[in-house]
Amino acid sequence: MSQHETKVLFEGISKSFKKRDEELQVLDSIDLAVAEGEFVCLLGPSGCGKSTLLNIAGGFERPDQGRVTIDGDEVDGPNARRVFVFQEYGIFPWASVWDNVCLGLRKLPKAEQARIAQATIELVGLEGFEKAYPMELSGGMKQRVEVARALAVAPDVIFMDEPFGALDSLTRLTMRAELIRIWKASKPTILFVTHDVDESIQLADRVVVLSGRPGTIADIVPIELSHPRDQSGPEYGAIKRRLFDALGVTEVA
Amino acid sequence: MSPLALAGVLVLSLAAIAYLARGRVGRVVLAPTAVLVLVLAVWQLATSYYASNTNPSPMQTASALWEIVASDQLWRHSAASLFRVTWGFVLAALTGIPLGLWVGWNMRGFEALNPLIQGLRPISPIAWIPFAILWFGIGDGAGVFLIFYASFFPITVGTMAAVRNISLVHQRSAQNFGLHGLELFRRVVFPAALPQIITSLRIALGVAWLVIVAAEMVGMDSGLGYLINDARNMGKRYDLVAATMLLIGAIGIVLDYLVRKLETFDEVRWGYVNR
Repeated sequence: MSQHETKVLFEGISKSFKKRDEELQVLDSIDLAVAEGEFVCLLGPSGCGKSTLLNIAGGFERPDQGRVTIDGDEVDGPNARRVFVFQEYGIFPWASVWDNVCLGLRKLPKAEQARIAQATIELVGLEGFEKAYPMELSGGMKQRVEVARALAVAPDVIFMDEPFGALDSLTRLTMRAELIRIWKASKPTILFVTHDVDESIQLADRVVVLSGRPGTIADIVPIELSHPRDQSGPEYGAIKRRLFDALGVTEVA
Repeated sequence: MSPLALAGVLVLSLAAIAYLARGRVGRVVLAPTAVLVLVLAVWQLATSYYASNTNPSPMQTASALWEIVASDQLWRHSAASLFRVTWGFVLAALTGIPLGLWVGWNMRGFEALNPLIQGLRPISPIAWIPFAILWFGIGDGAGVFLIFYASFFPITVGTMAAVRNISLVHQRSAQNFGLHGLELFRRVVFPAALPQIITSLRIALGVAWLVIVAAEMVGMDSGLGYLINDARNMGKRYDLVAATMLLIGAIGIVLDYLVRKLETFDEVRWGYVNR
């Protein structure tokens, strides 16, 4: 965050869904600026609209009001330069690890594809598994494949929708550390949705706390601790308390 | 004979029950064999009790089977049935899979075609025989048409359903990486639907094999269905009828086995776990 150049800009985003004649407002005038290369976590309880906000930024859904711009251009659909990482494994089970990682590289010459795919597979620690199919891999490894597929296209922005939510808690810790390592290597802008307070403190430059429905921004908490972040330190505890306060949770063990 | 057979039945049923409780080999080999032997024993018992030349015993059926195998009838009639099934099935797959992919993916195509498909589906292929003979004559043409008709709907509807079941994350991944047109079908829609397409091919081939026998009994002058009718009409050879039935069953098992082989490829195996 040496230069505060805005990458992703949310302006007055509102969105509601129709559910049996009932208008359900999930987002209410969200304004947020995310800087180039910044790692921002969207933290909130389930149903607060954080995934909807991410889907709007990713171009999969349209806001009722307001707009999202990336580098000043309005988002009007998905774009291969901004890649989504899904919780429920968006990689293709019918294709090998290698073919999955090559998905976004398919228009490049074969030699170029091979060079990038090999480098990306090494970056996420999957060398030796190039020919494996997703069903042969553990949940954590599948998520590495998906991260590799995203990184291979050298995206400006990566949207991550609770990508580690389906993993066991130890794998989740490893994946967070790995994600920070990978992010530092290429510095894409990352928007990461989570409902896990610790996850957001361990990852983000800034945590954006969304309140319950309709989602509005309750607090924005910068985290200036250096990685790896010491969970037992006093600053960590203070940030955690502030986040829980913003979420409206008063009793914390 | 009959007290002896009865004793055999009892011994075998006890053996079968005993085997059922044992290990894996007992469960997958011995127990099914015991059940088979038991059925054969009951068959033998019944036909020796009500002895008549319209009740062929297992041994008489076996010798009739040998008669069919030794003459050129086996080859000629199986080939006729298989020829019709193969061509009707292949034509149905070549048209039904692309149509199902397209209709499944396009909301408008689905809305336009689904009522017609669902309306034609419950009409038994056998009901088409009068028109089939009128249009194609008695022979392979009518058979191929009926098998095409019988397999087309399971394949088209199965493919359509498979495409409509493609998960949202895979659709969005495809969108995200800018796949469209033929490339979208080649890289996502077709492979995502393939496991279910293979299942629908299996169902269609099973139906086709049932239909061809019925069709040949009603309106054709060759094939295994015709052989059954012929054996009954020409001298009440019920042993030949039973032998042909066994043959039809055996060929059906082989056909199903061949389609099931498709389910073992790496590209589709994912579709058969956790189901």
